[in-house]
Amino acid sequence: MSDLGHVLILAGGLSYEREVSIRSGRRVAEVLRAAGVDVETRDTDATLVPAVLSDPPDAAFVTLHGGAGEDGAIRSVLELLGVPYVGATPDACRVAFDKPTAKAVVRSWGLNTPDSVALPKETFHDLGAAAVLARIVERLGLPLFVKPSRGGSALGASIVRTAEELPAAMVGCFAYGDTALIEKYIKGVEVAVSVVDLGDGPVALPPVEIVADGGVYDYAARYTAGHTEFFAPARLPAEATEACAAMAVAAHTALGLRDISRTDLIVDAAGRPYFLEVNVAPGMTETSLLPMAAGAAGRDLGTLCKGLLEMAAHRG
Amino acid sequence: MSQELDHGRTNAPQGSRIDAYVDRYAARAAGMVASEIRALFAVASRPEVVSLAGGMPYVTALPLDVVGELVAELVAKRGPVALQYGSGQGDPALREQICEVMRLEGIEAGADDVVVTVGSQQALDLITRIFIDPGDVVLAEGPSYVGALGTFSAYQAKVVHIAMDDQGLIPESLAQTIYALQTAGNRIKFLYTIPTFQNPAGVTLNEVRRRQVLEICQRAGVLVVEDNPYGLLGFDGEPLRALRADDPEGVVYLGSFSKTLAPGFRVGWALAPHAVRDKLILAMESAVLSHSSFTQLAVGHYLATQPWREQIKTFRELYRERRDALLGALQVLMPPGCSWTHPAGGFFVWMTLPAGLNSKAILPRAVAERVAFVPGTGFYSDGGGAQHMRLSYCYPEPDRIREGVRRLAGVIDQELQLRDTFGTGSAPGHAGVDTPGPDLA
Repeated sequence: MSDLGHVLILAGGLSYEREVSIRSGRRVAEVLRAAGVDVETRDTDATLVPAVLSDPPDAAFVTLHGGAGEDGAIRSVLELLGVPYVGATPDACRVAFDKPTAKAVVRSWGLNTPDSVALPKETFHDLGAAAVLARIVERLGLPLFVKPSRGGSALGASIVRTAEELPAAMVGCFAYGDTALIEKYIKGVEVAVSVVDLGDGPVALPPVEIVADGGVYDYAARYTAGHTEFFAPARLPAEATEACAAMAVAAHTALGLRDISRTDLIVDAAGRPYFLEVNVAPGMTETSLLPMAAGAAGRDLGTLCKGLLEMAAHRG
Repeated sequence: MSQELDHGRTNAPQGSRIDAYVDRYAARAAGMVASEIRALFAVASRPEVVSLAGGMPYVTALPLDVVGELVAELVAKRGPVALQYGSGQGDPALREQICEVMRLEGIEAGADDVVVTVGSQQALDLITRIFIDPGDVVLAEGPSYVGALGTFSAYQAKVVHIAMDDQGLIPESLAQTIYALQTAGNRIKFLYTIPTFQNPAGVTLNEVRRRQVLEICQRAGVLVVEDNPYGLLGFDGEPLRALRADDPEGVVYLGSFSKTLAPGFRVGWALAPHAVRDKLILAMESAVLSHSSFTQLAVGHYLATQPWREQIKTFRELYRERRDALLGALQVLMPPGCSWTHPAGGFFVWMTLPAGLNSKAILPRAVAERVAFVPGTGFYSDGGGAQHMRLSYCYPEPDRIREGVRRLAGVIDQELQLRDTFGTGSAPGHAGVDTPGPDLA
């Protein structure tokens, strides 16, 4: 057994990514148990606070995706309860989870990110959708990528290739959130770079290249084993690989993140990476990118998670 | 640089696809993919969400202490039989009791023609297995039960939907479709129908049409598969006469104890003409050897010793109250442009949304507002149903149902505003199933 004592994994929650979160939590629990850690997994419901108060864990691993898991809410609660946890602080989460805000921060640090506009649905209602959308197409060009400003797993996201497709894409996006991020679509190699910091500063794991069947890394492609081909490390020239790693570490730093993050990037034909978004509670399922990156780096996922927990516990 | 990238791609080794067997699955597994909609239903299982989505019977209304005693008694007195293999056809005594149950719907049948199955779902699977070659046509109501559509799809049948109205399947539409399909050289193997308190539409085939449907199918040489899990859960008067009651040779009847007792026993059955029955028994043996002796005997023991007709009455009253709660709330709260069916039994109401709204696209917002339903697309094999949703009233208490409708009405209002803002609904192209698993309330 580990000297960590007992560890709490938070999984489930009420976000759209509940199912993925449960799978992530299960995976983290398995690898931690294999690493000799005493693990308890809990959902974020009314039993959580009393349970934590009656038997405080030594540290918590948050595998809640979307909503309260990534917007800082649950981490604030953990701080109120005095439970150390792996990952970014609530303040940093709030910035990172909101994609337009995160993009603005990384851009201010000189990182490259596709041009975009973020607008709440009320704006379209008040000003008239047709006029606003036409201006967006004019300014950003086509194709566009439309996604909710918050949330993950490509829920509510779509590629828009013609101006006629844009209104339906907006409606689809607003099903998952009240603000849409409309971004210039960059054609290129889709890459995810996980960053871990075990106390010696943030380090990028090998970039993972994503090649979805049919070209769109949507929900089915993400969570149906076999529907996407992953290359870890990505098949990129050395300088592009380095640029991706540098961008992920820079984004992690710029956004004030801690312990662990995953940055999603697109590398264009010229080998130039573009920052798309960052995840403060990256997926840990069998088809997720961070575990793949850890594997490519020859790192045992259980040891890695345990190391992060020990650091969190030590931090207190 | 771009040349370098391309060069790298062409010569690169194969990546990982996580699933080592990805190239080896049968063609019929192609549709088995992760589903965004399923992910939303994972949230619906939380108690904060009013689920009008699932079809779980309200088993809490059973005398669970009595059931517990019965099961204990069964093991104590008949353990060696209950825990042993049984026959492929099912326990003979239970088959006799099943005939007694079917008599309530006018069916006179011998126990020898009954095959006990793992829920009526397995009967559906076996029927499809023995009749369908890839490309054969199955006729089904539009909309139809998602579990049946899944089975038909697994055997690579081509499902052709027949239109319905508030009186059930439209006979003219059935006759025309059969004619057109046969003329075009299609092999129609059977008509799959849920004539009474249909899932998902909640409508019931009227008596005149029952005769017409049987006549049309007899004339065209099309077997009728009558699925009747809700037949005894009518709110008004006596149970309706089953199709099978009037055509023993042309109808395979599927029954179930899942709604009249409990789905956890997984006891259903098929009543079939002799020759079909023989094939069903062999198919049953190749699928699972035999049904669970334990649950068959438990159901038999319950039927033999308990007032099961009274229990069905209790269920009926309970579901009637919930249906009334749902219909009443819809009437008061739904925005103009919505319409819905008025079931006289069973579990479900089928709602039609105002033009331009897409139930599948609405579900995420509904879940965010803590209410869930099943998008209509799950009940069609041909991509139809987007303007509809299924609302079930079997599980939530009446107050929760009213609260759920209040939330849903708010969501639909917001969607109408979005539609008006953008001049369109959403056109989502999600993959995978659009319905919840069987364990969602």
